[in-house]
Amino acid sequence: MSRVRALLARETALAWGKGGGPMVAVGFYAGVATLLPLAVGSEPERLAAIAPGAAWVALALAALLSLDRLFERDYEDGSLDLLTLSPVPLEIICAVKCLAQWLATGLPLALAAPVAAIALGASPQLSGLVIACALLGGLAFSFMGGIGAALSLGARRGGLLTAVIVLPLFVPPVIFGGGALASLDSGLPWKAGFALLGAYTAAAVALGPLAMAAACRNALS
Amino acid sequence: MIPAPAFLSNPERFMAFSRWAAPMFGAIAVVLALAGLWLGFAAPEDYQQGDTVRIMFIHVPAAWMSMFVYACLGIASFLSLVFRHALADAAAQAAAPLGAAFTALALITGSLWGRPMWGAWWVWDARMTSVLVLFLFYVAYMALRAALDDEAKAARAGAILALVGVFNLPIVKFSVDWWNSLHQGASVFRADGPTVADVFLYPLLLMALAYMSAFGSLWLVRIRGEVWRRRAEALALRAARA
Repeated sequence: MSRVRALLARETALAWGKGGGPMVAVGFYAGVATLLPLAVGSEPERLAAIAPGAAWVALALAALLSLDRLFERDYEDGSLDLLTLSPVPLEIICAVKCLAQWLATGLPLALAAPVAAIALGASPQLSGLVIACALLGGLAFSFMGGIGAALSLGARRGGLLTAVIVLPLFVPPVIFGGGALASLDSGLPWKAGFALLGAYTAAAVALGPLAMAAACRNALS
Repeated sequence: MIPAPAFLSNPERFMAFSRWAAPMFGAIAVVLALAGLWLGFAAPEDYQQGDTVRIMFIHVPAAWMSMFVYACLGIASFLSLVFRHALADAAAQAAAPLGAAFTALALITGSLWGRPMWGAWWVWDARMTSVLVLFLFYVAYMALRAALDDEAKAARAGAILALVGVFNLPIVKFSVDWWNSLHQGASVFRADGPTVADVFLYPLLLMALAYMSAFGSLWLVRIRGEVWRRRAEALALRAARA
C-alpha cells in the first residue's frame, strides 16, 4: 500500500508540474471555449442552446492533451522498465498513473467547466451537474485515454495516433454526459444519462488497466 | 476451441484449403449477387419509398457485414493474442480493410438513400453515428498497425485495440434503444418473423449471402497474400544472413 501511495505521489507531482500540468489543460480549455462563439456567432439564444454540450466536448478535447505524456516520458527514460520490475502489478501501476493524470488535469478542468458553460450562456443551475459529469467523465477519459497512450508507445507520431485511437472510445461518455446535461437543461429526467456515464466510467476504471498493462508489456518486450 | 480455426491453423492445410476455396467463394458470390440484383430490379416499387427501396439490397447487407467482419476481427485478434498464432494475426490484419470497406459502403449508400427519403445526406441518428464510430475503430486499428515498425509488436497492439473495440459492438445495438431513433428498427431478425414483404426479402437475403461469400473469398485471398509476404520476407532474411 505504501508503494502505491509513493507511486501516486510521484505520478501526481510529475503530472502537476513539468509542463502539461493543470494550467495548460485549463488554458487549452479556455481557448477552445473562446473560439466557439467566434466561429458559431455570438447571438445569446444560439450559444445558450449549445453551451452545455460545447463545454462538454471541449472537456473531452482537453483530456486528450496530456495523454501523450502519460507513458511516453517513462518509456523513453527507462522508468517504465523499472516500474514493471517492481512487486506492484503493472495493472495497478497503470491505474495509479491514470488516477494521477485525473487529479492533475481532470479535477481542475471539472472546476473550470461550469465557468465556461455559464460564459457560453448555460443556465447557472446546471453547474452542479456539469461538475459531477466532468468529474465522472474525466475519470473515463483518463482511463480510456490511457489505453490509447499505452498502445501508441514506440509508434511514429505517437501523439496524433493516440488521438485517432482514443476519440472513438470517448464517444459513449460524451453521449451519456451530453445527454444528461441536455435533459436537465430542458427539464427532462437526467438521471439515466448520468447513471450510464457512471456505468461506463466504472467499466473503464475496471477494464482499462488490463488493456494498458498488456499494451505496456508489449511495448517493452 | 472452435473446430474451423483449429483445422485451418496449420498453415500448410490452410494454404491447400484456401487455394480452391477462395475462387469457389468468389464464383458463388458473383452468381448470388447477379441473382439478387436481378430479383432486386424485378421487385415492384415500394409504395412509400419508390425506386429508392432498391438501395436497401446494397445497403443493408453492407451494414450487416460491417459488424460481422468486426466480429471476425475480434475473434482472430483473440486467437492471435492468446495462442500467439501467426495465421490468426494475418487473418485479423487482412479483415480490417475489408470491414472498413463494407462500413464505408453502408454509410455511403445510406447517405444516398437518406437524401431523397429524409431530405438530408446525413442525420445524427444513434445507429448511423454508431456505424460511423465503427468505421473510426477500423481506421484506428489500421493506423495503429501502420505506425508500429516491429511486426510482432504491431500484431499484439492491434489485437488489444481490436478487443477493446469489441465492447463497441454491444453499444451499437444498445444505442438504438436508448435514443428515439429516426432509423428503422430491426425488421428482418425479429421474434415474430420478418416484417419485410417476400419480394424484397428474397433479393435481400441473396445479396446478404453474396456479400458473405465475397468477404470469405477476399479474406482468404488477403490472408494468402499475407502468408506469402511473410514467407518472402523470411527467405530474404535467410538469404541475407547466408
